[in-house]
Amino acid sequence: MQIAARVATGGTILDIVGDIDLAHSPAMRKALLQEIKEKKTPKVFLNLEKVRYIDSSGIASLVEGLKASRDQGSRLILFGLSKTVREVMELSRLQKIFEIHDSEAQALAS
Amino acid sequence: MLLKLELKSNPEVLCLVRAAVERAAEVLRFQDSEARAIVRSVDEALANVMRHAYGGKPGLPIEMSCRRLEHGGQNSARGGIEILLADQGAPVKLSALQGRPLDQIRPGGLGLHFIRQSMDEVEFSRKKGKNLLRMVKYLSPAHQVAASEGE
Repeated sequence: MQIAARVATGGTILDIVGDIDLAHSPAMRKALLQEIKEKKTPKVFLNLEKVRYIDSSGIASLVEGLKASRDQGSRLILFGLSKTVREVMELSRLQKIFEIHDSEAQALAS
Repeated sequence: MLLKLELKSNPEVLCLVRAAVERAAEVLRFQDSEARAIVRSVDEALANVMRHAYGGKPGLPIEMSCRRLEHGGQNSARGGIEILLADQGAPVKLSALQGRPLDQIRPGGLGLHFIRQSMDEVEFSRKKGKNLLRMVKYLSPAHQVAASEGE
């Protein structure tokens, strides 16, 4: 899995490429919490367009990120979810608590 | 036997196992959504073994086997796949097998829920010092016919 950060309107986009599973979710968690808690970025956009798979440890990391962003008064915004990632979100019944958009343009305009 | 793997408790192997199980599900002609459910269940079950039974220690043994359940065969009216996992880790506590209520918004506790949602049968047992997990997914009726015709 690879993570790259780029500057966006009002925040940072984290581009994730690869599978978010038990082997790689700690790296995503670290990047996410660093952006939210240490850098105090007001909007963190998570680009999941190139994520083929996410497991429960990945979902747990997203929930942790969401809680941290709420504590900071910032926003965590997800976009580009594949069918597989959407399925896992629905199974966990967490899709309604996250801000989710189809595309980067929609996420940035939100 | 469709597939037999002797694995080590290293999370890096999970992507390889997912690929192998996905292919096995395709061979058995599961629908895409069913194949994803099977892959997800195996991945979550292995992750649970690595995290909980083995406490995150790498290099410990996990056996995995996948068997085709024949249509109309013993214990299988519809045909499908049976997956067995065995580990030599700490006994699984019954309380840990309940999962957690989904209305609690907090990290963790989702893996077992995913498995139960995705598979038709899920059975835990302990025999001869090993934790055993048996998971079964049956072919949906429409695909059962197609799979039979393809034989």
